[in-house]
Amino acid sequence: MLKARSRPNHLGLWGWLGGGRWGVERYLYSLHRVTGLGLLLYFVLHVMLTSSRALGQPSWEAAMGMVTGSWVFVVGEYLVFVAFAFHALNGVRLALVELGFAVGKPIEPVYPYRTSLDVQRPLAVGAMLLTALLVVVGGLDFFVWH
Amino acid sequence: MKDQGLWTWHVAAGVVILVFLGLHMGVMHLEAVLGLPFSPAGGHPIDWANVITRAKSAFFAVTYVVLLGAALFHGLYGARNILFELGPRPALKRAANGVFLVGGLALFVLGAWAAWATLVLARTS
Repeated sequence: MLKARSRPNHLGLWGWLGGGRWGVERYLYSLHRVTGLGLLLYFVLHVMLTSSRALGQPSWEAAMGMVTGSWVFVVGEYLVFVAFAFHALNGVRLALVELGFAVGKPIEPVYPYRTSLDVQRPLAVGAMLLTALLVVVGGLDFFVWH
Repeated sequence: MKDQGLWTWHVAAGVVILVFLGLHMGVMHLEAVLGLPFSPAGGHPIDWANVITRAKSAFFAVTYVVLLGAALFHGLYGARNILFELGPRPALKRAANGVFLVGGLALFVLGAWAAWATLVLARTS
């Protein structure tokens, strides 16, 4: 007799990395969370640092002096830009799916079956292509044309 | 507010962020590509002359505060969701709610004060 096996849907943080035969959208979900947490951390520091402008020019220049002048900060700032580009465009994809614009219309299940993935996958590919474009243009601005 | 309502606000805040953070990124990081006229003194967008010029504009002051509120809510509610999905005990949930709420409000007050004070400073100097 087969023993019942528990298959909890709560995979915790490891579930972000893998846990089954998941499609690429699952990894976009994980990356969305990682970039979201990174952006939140940056944003909190950004608000605290840039508030120094209210105290005048010396305060502002002292604050900016702490985070400029090294290539480490330029690269770090570019990574924030990359995270923003991904999180924003993947977020648009998620909102379109959630609001029902990107799941296709209900149809009769006639073989060969079509699923909502036939609509969602091209949207995911399009969102990632736009992200890649933005990342390249941003890279040119950060490192070449600046 | 129930989580369904908070989730709706989370999505709505995402749209606000998309618009205003997109503008902020365009001004601060894509100025060489887009050629936006928001750094009239030349040089880098974070040079004081450019910062104070933008700060004179009520449009920038208002959009900073709107973006600040939307981003804090969107980010902190997202982090709260991630934390709660890990199944913490009720006491930890209550503590996390308190930290997110108090921390979010404190950052909002700091950022909104900075936007207002810089507007006043820019218009009186």
